Amino acid sequence: MRFLRMKPGHGEVLIAEGELDRGEDEQRLVREFRRQLDAGLWAAVPTADASGRRQAQMVRAFSDIPRDAERVIFFPRAAGGR
Amino acid sequence: MLLALIATALVAVALLSEELGPRISRAWRRHRARRRHVAPLPYDPGRERRAEQRARMLLRSCVNDEEWAMYRDLGFIRVWGTQPDGPESDRSAGGAAYAYLIYPHRPIVAYLAQTHRLLAEYCVTFPDESRPYGEAQLPDSDDVLAKWMALTGDERRLIESANMHLPGRELDPARVRRDLWRLSQWERARLRDAEHSQAS
Repeated sequence: MRFLRMKPGHGEVLIAEGELDRGEDEQRLVREFRRQLDAGLWAAVPTADASGRRQAQMVRAFSDIPRDAERVIFFPRAAGGR
Repeated sequence: MLLALIATALVAVALLSEELGPRISRAWRRHRARRRHVAPLPYDPGRERRAEQRARMLLRSCVNDEEWAMYRDLGFIRVWGTQPDGPESDRSAGGAAYAYLIYPHRPIVAYLAQTHRLLAEYCVTFPDESRPYGEAQLPDSDDVLAKWMALTGDERRLIESANMHLPGRELDPARVRRDLWRLSQWERARLRDAEHSQAS
């Protein structure tokens, strides 16, 4: 599983990577997930169903992330614009 | 009498200096820090372009083929609404199918799919307050992807985060209707191409 973060002036950045089956990796991913959410970011997992429909699943807790997810994308939280 | 006044003044100054000295020193350091020239990051003319290329690749890997082609050809993506009564702030949809147009760094526009009546503009941004590279704005395609993920993942939450305005506040309604017409033409052309490729 890879954690990607969108960054202005850069595009996405790989911020963490690991296997959920490995305890050390999972703990590191949990810490990084909390750190990103504490920093005010939103997290989403892009998904595709059997019919090919694509959508995203917003995740608010590490346990919400599907175990087979390949990546989680972090992006700044939405704010009302002009 | 004069000596007594001078002595009193000296004692007062000595006492105040202990209290005020550190404050004055801190204020002076803050003043110096504010005036210190911080060298900006060297300007890299290719950085924005590279960032946008990366963002386009990420967007392409997340949305379906039709949405990607729509963005590539038309410059926006349509996302269907899923709320039974229409967008949060506009119940006038009355159960009719509605959708959103996602433009980069422009408001999201909600409209009725059948009549193309514009319902509302939702102004939303994704500011990165850490300001890497000195800016807070995501590349165009990342902005589109952030809106797409937030809309398809939690439509209500995004709409509640946005500032809702009547159509026409920022985007010219004539331009949006023209985009909807372009979208319908584009879909017809894709349908024709698909039929031709099946026939041959």
